[in-house]
Amino acid sequence: MISPGFGLIVFFIILPFLSAIILSFTNQRLISPNPTEYVGLANYKQLLSVGVLTLDPKRNSNGAVVRDKNGALKYPRLRNFTRNNPQYPHIKGMRELFSWNVGDNQRTYILARDVVFIKAVINTLLFVLIVAPGQGGLALCLALLINQKLRGINIYRAIYFMPVVVSIVVVSLLWRFIYDYESGLLNNLLSSLTFGAFESVNWIGDTDFALGSIIVMSIWQAVGFHMVIWLSGLQTIPPSLYEAARIEGASKWQTFRYVTWPGLRNTAVLVFVVITMQAFALFTQIDVMTNGGPLDSTQSIVFQAVERGYGKQDISGGSAISVLLFVMVLCISLLQRWLTQGRS
Amino acid sequence: MSMPNNPDNYGLRLVTRYVVLTVIAIIFAFPLVFMIMSSLKPDQQLLADTSSLKAFLPVGDISFQNYENAFSRVPVGLFVFNSMLVTSVTVVLSLFVCSLSGFSFAYLKWRGRDLLFSIILATFIIPFETIAIPMLLITSKLPWIGLDGFSIGWLNTYRVQIVPFIADGLTIFLFVQYFKDLPVELIEAARVEGTTWWQIYRLIVIPLSGPVLATAAILKFLVMYNQYLWPMIVVQQEEYRPVMVGLQYFFQTFTKGGIAWGEIMAYLSMITVPVLAFYLYIQRAFIASVAATGVKG
Repeated sequence: MISPGFGLIVFFIILPFLSAIILSFTNQRLISPNPTEYVGLANYKQLLSVGVLTLDPKRNSNGAVVRDKNGALKYPRLRNFTRNNPQYPHIKGMRELFSWNVGDNQRTYILARDVVFIKAVINTLLFVLIVAPGQGGLALCLALLINQKLRGINIYRAIYFMPVVVSIVVVSLLWRFIYDYESGLLNNLLSSLTFGAFESVNWIGDTDFALGSIIVMSIWQAVGFHMVIWLSGLQTIPPSLYEAARIEGASKWQTFRYVTWPGLRNTAVLVFVVITMQAFALFTQIDVMTNGGPLDSTQSIVFQAVERGYGKQDISGGSAISVLLFVMVLCISLLQRWLTQGRS
Repeated sequence: MSMPNNPDNYGLRLVTRYVVLTVIAIIFAFPLVFMIMSSLKPDQQLLADTSSLKAFLPVGDISFQNYENAFSRVPVGLFVFNSMLVTSVTVVLSLFVCSLSGFSFAYLKWRGRDLLFSIILATFIIPFETIAIPMLLITSKLPWIGLDGFSIGWLNTYRVQIVPFIADGLTIFLFVQYFKDLPVELIEAARVEGTTWWQIYRLIVIPLSGPVLATAAILKFLVMYNQYLWPMIVVQQEEYRPVMVGLQYFFQTFTKGGIAWGEIMAYLSMITVPVLAFYLYIQRAFIASVAATGVKG
C-alpha cells in the first residue's frame, strides 16, 4: 500500500535532489553531442569566486594624481588587472561588484567572477531578511486583531485571506499595472489625492524602488496565509491562562508578553521557517514583473537557476545554484530544530 | 480588560475597532476590486479612471468587450481546460495514493516503516525550486508506453505536469496524523472479524476521512491550479499549456507601449473570479486547511 506513494516520492523528489548534487560536479547540458564530464568544483568556483582589490589613483609622469573634470580621482582600469595580468592570477576574469573610496586616495573594489549570481544572492538575502520579520510580524498583528470576539469578524478574516487563493502570477501582473509608471493606479491615485504634489515614482523600473515594490506586493499576497497559522496557534492557548492574567490585573502588554507569546513559540518557529523557505524560492514575481532588472537590482537565486538551467540549457550550472540554495534552506531548518529543542 | 462602566467609551472603542478592521480590509480587497472593474472598461476610460475612486466602481461604458478580445487573441478556453484537466486528475490521484501511504504508515507494521517515514518528513525541506532543473533533465529522458506506442521524453505532455505532483510529503503526513486520531477499536474489531486491510481502508477509514480529504484536496488544488515555474520549462506547445503560463504568453503578445490593460485585466479576472467565488463559498474549509498545516506541521 505504501509503494506507489513512496515510489513516486523517491523518483520525483529524492532522485532529482540527488541528481542536482551529482550534476553540479559535471558539465551536463540539456542537449549536447559531447559526453558529460566530471569537472569537480568548477561550477561552484565559477559561481562563488570573489576577490578584493585596492587601487592607488592614476598618476601622471610627474607623479601627481590625475583628476577628472569634477575633481574626482581617476583610477586605473580594472581590466588591466583582471585580464591576463600574470601578477594577479587570483582575480583573472572577474568584474566589479561594487567599490568605495578608502581614506583620501585609495579605492577598494569587490570583484566577482559571476557578478549577476552574487547580486542575485544579495537580493535574495535582502528579500528574506525583510520579508521574514515583516510578513511574520504583520501576520501576527492581523491574527491578534482577528482573534477578537466581534460580530462579523469572520467576514474580515475571509477578506484578509483572499489574496492567498489568487495565483502569484495573477497578482504579479495585476500589480505590474498598479505600479505602472505612466498609467498605473498607484501613481495616479497618489497624485490626485495630493492634488498633483506627488511626483510619480517608477516603482518597478527604478533600481531604488524595484525590490521594495516587489517585497510590498509579496507581503500583501501571502500575509493572510500566516495570519491563519498564527490564529491556529492562538487558539491552542487555554482561556484559563487569560482568565488568570485578568484576575492578576495584568495589562494588555503584560498579557501578551507573559501569556500569549510563550504559548506561540512553536508556531513562531514554524511561521518564520515557512516564510523563509518561501522567500528563498523567490521566482515568479521576478519573472513576471522585472526579469531581474533594472540593472540586475531584482535578480534572485531561483531566477538565475532557471535562466541557466532552462534558458541556457546549462543543467550543471543551474544544478549548482540549486544545491547552494538548498544549503541555505538547510541552515535555516537546522536553526529551527536547534531553536525548538533548546526551548522545549 | 475592564468591562464598560462607561458605555460611551465602550461604544467608541467598538467603532474604532471596526474602523481599523475595515481599513485593513480595503487594503486587501482594493487591488482585486480594481482588477475586476477594469476588466469591464474600454482602455481609454480605464486609464482615466485610475486618477479617482471611479477605478473601483463599475461606472461609465461597461461591457464584456475586453473578454471577447482576450479570447480572440489566445485560446484561453484551451488553457483553462488544460489546467482543469491537470489539476483534477492530480488531485484525485493524489488523494488516493497519499491516503493509501498514510494508511500504511498509520496502521500497518512493517520493517523500516519509521525510517521511511522520517525520509518522507525530511523531504519537507527540499523546496521544489531546487529540484526543478535536474527534474527537467530526468523527465526529458523518461520513456512512455502509450496508445501510440513507445516514446522517449515527457516534455510537452499532460503527464509531465501530473505525475511528479501526485505524491508529496505534506499530504501523506496530513493523512497519517488524521488516521492516528481515528478510534483504533474500529480497526481492531474489523481485524478480529477477518476483514482485509484493503476492505478496512475502503469501507471504514475512507468514509470517516471527509475533513482530511477536503484539506488535502484544497491544498493540492491551490498548488496545481497556480503552477507556473514547472509548466513554463516543460511545456512549449500551446496544446498542453496551462492558464498561468498561458497568461504570461498572452502578456507577451502585447508590444511595449501597446499594452491593453483592460484585456489583461479581463484574462486575470476570468481565471481568478471562479476560484475566488469558490473560496468565498466554502471559505471556512479553505482557512481550516491552512490552519491544519499549522497545527500538524
